[in-house]
Amino acid sequence: MRIYVTSVLVEDQEKALRFYTDVLGFVKKNDIPLGEARWLTVVSPEDSEGTELLLEPDSHPAARPFKEALAADGIPLTSFAVDDVAAEFNRLRGLGVQFTQEPLEMGGVTTAVFDDTCGNLIQIVKA
Amino acid sequence: MPNESAKRTWQERRTPEEFPAARSAKACVWVDRQVNTCLYCSMSDVYKALADPTRRAILDELNERDGQTLFELCARLTTKHGLSSSRQAISQHLDVLESAGLVSTRRQGRYKFHHLDTTPLETIVERWRPARGRSNT
Repeated sequence: MRIYVTSVLVEDQEKALRFYTDVLGFVKKNDIPLGEARWLTVVSPEDSEGTELLLEPDSHPAARPFKEALAADGIPLTSFAVDDVAAEFNRLRGLGVQFTQEPLEMGGVTTAVFDDTCGNLIQIVKA
Repeated sequence: MPNESAKRTWQERRTPEEFPAARSAKACVWVDRQVNTCLYCSMSDVYKALADPTRRAILDELNERDGQTLFELCARLTTKHGLSSSRQAISQHLDVLESAGLVSTRRQGRYKFHHLDTTPLETIVERWRPARGRSNT
């Protein structure tokens, strides 16, 4: 068994695709119409055969209260690896991305947390 | 009169708009009774809040970086202080600190940030400041 896809719950798939590609730098992998929504995934250009990230609609009634509760407490929905948290923080902030936690080193691990503009907080980490 | 001015500052903050803790039932009674007579009650909350090592660690971390989410505070307490408290327990500690006026919260968009407020500590310093007399009881 392997993990081939994970997901973030997004308000608007098209808006999410723009943010996750234009701002974060991922590339579109699959875009398949599925009823009202799309099977829309992105991958890292550094690992195009790696785990895909599904930009999944948050239309289920339980999804938004869940997202709002996590966001209110500053809890990220998922976490991405970067080579240099401070450099990525500066790059993203320069692109107008809002951070709820600036880079913080704790026990050899540096993290930061930003708003993905789709209702989620995302953590970046350098272990 | 330094003591008088410190006390006034403290009192002026004691309105529901400026001081979130005044929304609690206890604080409302306290405000109703006029601030002067019950200054002692409020300071008891401050001493009680400071008596707990986890709450002091929270203040230490907010002093290092002001304006943190609950998530960041929990991460700091776990990794830097070796505390194993649940997120809910930390949230309750924050409520105690907020009731004592030592922490204030700010909502920004969908996020909530916690800030350190040392104003109540100034009252303590004033109370035992040498050679200036005491005005509190």
